[in-house]
Amino acid sequence: MATVAAPTFSIHEFLTQEAGKDLLRFSTAGSMDDGKSTLIGRLLYDTQSVYEDQVRSIEGKGTTAPGQIDFALLTDGLRAEREQGITIDVAYRYFSTAKRKFIIADTPGHEQYTRNMATGASTADAAVVLIDARKGVLVQSRRHAFIASLLRVRHVLVAVNKMDLTGYGEDGFRAIEKDFRAVLSRIAEETGNAVDAVFVPLSALAGDNVVHRSERMPWYSGPPLLELLESLPAAQNERGAAFRFPVQRVIRPDHTFRGFAGQIASGAVKPGDEITVLPSGRGAKVSRIATWDGDLAEATAPLSVTLVLDRELDISRSDLIAAKAAPASVASRLKASIVWMNQRPLDARRRYIVKHASHTVPAHVASVDARINVTTLDREPAATLELNHIGAVTLDLLRPIAFDAYAQNRSTGAFILIDPEDNSTVAAGMITAGVAATRAAGNGGNEDVAWGPVTAGERQARRGHSGGVLELTGPGELIDAIERSLFTIGAVTVRVDAESEEFLLHPPLLELVTAAQTRAGLLVLLVREQEDGPLTARAGDITLTLDADDPTHAIAEAHRLLHEAEILLATERSGL
Amino acid sequence: MPAAETIASIPTGSSPHEILSDSARLTHLRLLEAESIHILREVASEFERPVMLYSIGKDSSVMLRLAQKAFAPGPIPFPLLHIDTGFKFHEMLAFRDWMAKSIGARLLVWRNEPAIAAGTNPIKLDTKRCCGLLKTQALLDGLRHYNFDAAFGGARRDEEKSRAKERIYSFRDSAGQWDPKNQRPELWNIYNARIHPGESIRVFPLSNWTEMDVWQYIHQEKIPVVDLYFAKERPMYVRPLGSGQEALLPIEQDFVALPGEKPQMVKSRLRSLGCSPCTGAIRSDAATIPDIIAELISFRSSERANRVIDHDQEGSMELKKREGYF
Repeated sequence: MATVAAPTFSIHEFLTQEAGKDLLRFSTAGSMDDGKSTLIGRLLYDTQSVYEDQVRSIEGKGTTAPGQIDFALLTDGLRAEREQGITIDVAYRYFSTAKRKFIIADTPGHEQYTRNMATGASTADAAVVLIDARKGVLVQSRRHAFIASLLRVRHVLVAVNKMDLTGYGEDGFRAIEKDFRAVLSRIAEETGNAVDAVFVPLSALAGDNVVHRSERMPWYSGPPLLELLESLPAAQNERGAAFRFPVQRVIRPDHTFRGFAGQIASGAVKPGDEITVLPSGRGAKVSRIATWDGDLAEATAPLSVTLVLDRELDISRSDLIAAKAAPASVASRLKASIVWMNQRPLDARRRYIVKHASHTVPAHVASVDARINVTTLDREPAATLELNHIGAVTLDLLRPIAFDAYAQNRSTGAFILIDPEDNSTVAAGMITAGVAATRAAGNGGNEDVAWGPVTAGERQARRGHSGGVLELTGPGELIDAIERSLFTIGAVTVRVDAESEEFLLHPPLLELVTAAQTRAGLLVLLVREQEDGPLTARAGDITLTLDADDPTHAIAEAHRLLHEAEILLATERSGL
Repeated sequence: MPAAETIASIPTGSSPHEILSDSARLTHLRLLEAESIHILREVASEFERPVMLYSIGKDSSVMLRLAQKAFAPGPIPFPLLHIDTGFKFHEMLAFRDWMAKSIGARLLVWRNEPAIAAGTNPIKLDTKRCCGLLKTQALLDGLRHYNFDAAFGGARRDEEKSRAKERIYSFRDSAGQWDPKNQRPELWNIYNARIHPGESIRVFPLSNWTEMDVWQYIHQEKIPVVDLYFAKERPMYVRPLGSGQEALLPIEQDFVALPGEKPQMVKSRLRSLGCSPCTGAIRSDAATIPDIIAELISFRSSERANRVIDHDQEGSMELKKREGYF
């Protein structure tokens, strides 16, 4: 039965204490049998973060000795993995102590699931890497540490588990520490990101050095794992870096207010600060930092705010507002490290979509520069990257983007790659540098592209549309704008004047020409210019009349029409 | 209209030029708020027809406040959709209408009318099939009817084990179904918003909030919630469950009673709001938000434990989600 807590407990004191807590996100990774689920179950259980009915629902189940709780069952969520007895996906867990709130990204350690480890590490401030005291440093542990370092997880806590099965001996622990420190320094050399590692001998099953200090290892003078987690520097989220603010949305409820909504990616901002809008490079001053709770005198990452500037600039979603004194780089050719996450290997002939900050840009892989062997940490030549491979690539983007190197900024240096054919997220990327070169044509001279006929599917995947005809009748200026907008999103258009002399003289010729162009996968703009009057657009069986006085809307409607006529594969929402 | 003493007036936000001084202190609630607002804005900007599923409960109330904050000083740029099973408490429906009106939101209500007319209830069918018709089917039909391509839900990952693995953007195929083995990887705060026609996503802006975070935020932000959360003398059927356990069934629908059962007045409240036949109350004296938080600390039972639906089958929430339930 529920009762209000005992009178000695002051809820108001509690709320004051709670209100001051910060948040630490950490990821865990371990091999299949090194007891990771048990460790997390133990952390949750010993910090009283598990409810009694959850414990009741697993009592008497599992594989531990009678009378013991199988802590792993507290965290193994899905039926499929319960059947297989292994964790197969990233799971998020929550607990808090008197000092801090924690979010755990619990990631599986099976070799197949590198992508999950990268996912968990992407938002983590710290990583707990498990090593089985009996087995020492295995490939899995190297892989975990490498991914944590690559994703710039600054703190690595190495939990040497199952000390109970090695008699709680110091020598074995020290040997593992020595081996792994050597591995970590190789990793830091390769990734360029320093790793701050702390080693803890523990037994998750017996509860030694997890939450409570163990008396069975007097030779270890350090704190238990939880105490380490409580004392790490909290989520600073690039607060010390230069100001970066990707615009998510323009908020304009009426003519008196025009603000740019976004989440501060790094740094801080105050009214009066001078900013630069990228990629255009235009400047302004911040006049207000608006929020629902009132204006702020200063705001830091990662707050979500709305900025008002001191002058009218054409700013929309996908622009980056940056400190004028320290602007971001702008380039359309990028060098990046990527983790390939899809069954279908990287294909330099395909068009991909880069999603970076608040924008999406079509791109293709100009070259695969190396594959990193996670076991030996050597760079090897490779023609492609397959599922769970990590490599270095050069990307060509259709439009320049504003970015920072990931080593300087985890927010503006990160991106994902999307395959527009099935919309899956195929890779996670970390920008290492921009290349100041004009975009190469075609495949960028990539010699590895296979010889063979180009198929309609490949054309479609590369261009984002199939062949088709868009008939446009109306003011030439607006038709130009629509053609420009299609060009911008990477469509391959060909403009045909339906009223030119040869077509007027030989009407069947027009049909022959557009049919041939459509077969070749081109987007034919069949144009009849009429300066006065409305703009009509026709694709397939659909005809629309567009508002010539509102070009932005007319362009968006033309794209939607192409999407509905199943010519454009998916609407390119950015910039519309 | 719900009772006046439990519904605070809705704060309208401070005057536009008031300067707040305490902005540098980033507590866990500020961090969670910033993350949720980012998600709400991303979806509103990248999808053509988003909607917020509004269930009237405490999580929905927090989500709604975050939406107000995300788009201020503009209006919330999407409608709210309530899936009404016909078994919702009267106080919930009154609160829903009052809330939508007072913040100027557009409210849509969807009911599976054929199933309701056919007398679907959890006694006649089992709870699983009743939920299937009145919740899951109604939700899928409602989303399809309005052609929504993104739907916000207030689910949290800490609620239940199968939810711990849910993405923030949860992809659904054209039948509205979830495939736990084929989810898109989700890294940093970069969300893949691309879908083909007919497909949709469910979005969970409160994914990283815990039950405690939600109550603390309601307290800190003075967010109004339904009176049923607060302890009061209420008529209940008290049904023994053996080994000292009991079920408190609120009197809303007559058919809940077993032969011979008589309602009695019990000082009680609801920990989570669901359908009246399937939502048990608890004995409680918690009459304020701090009382509720204090009670939460002393509790040794997770909040969904008094919802019948999670226990009717091993791994039942996961099964419901595969079929399209939130």
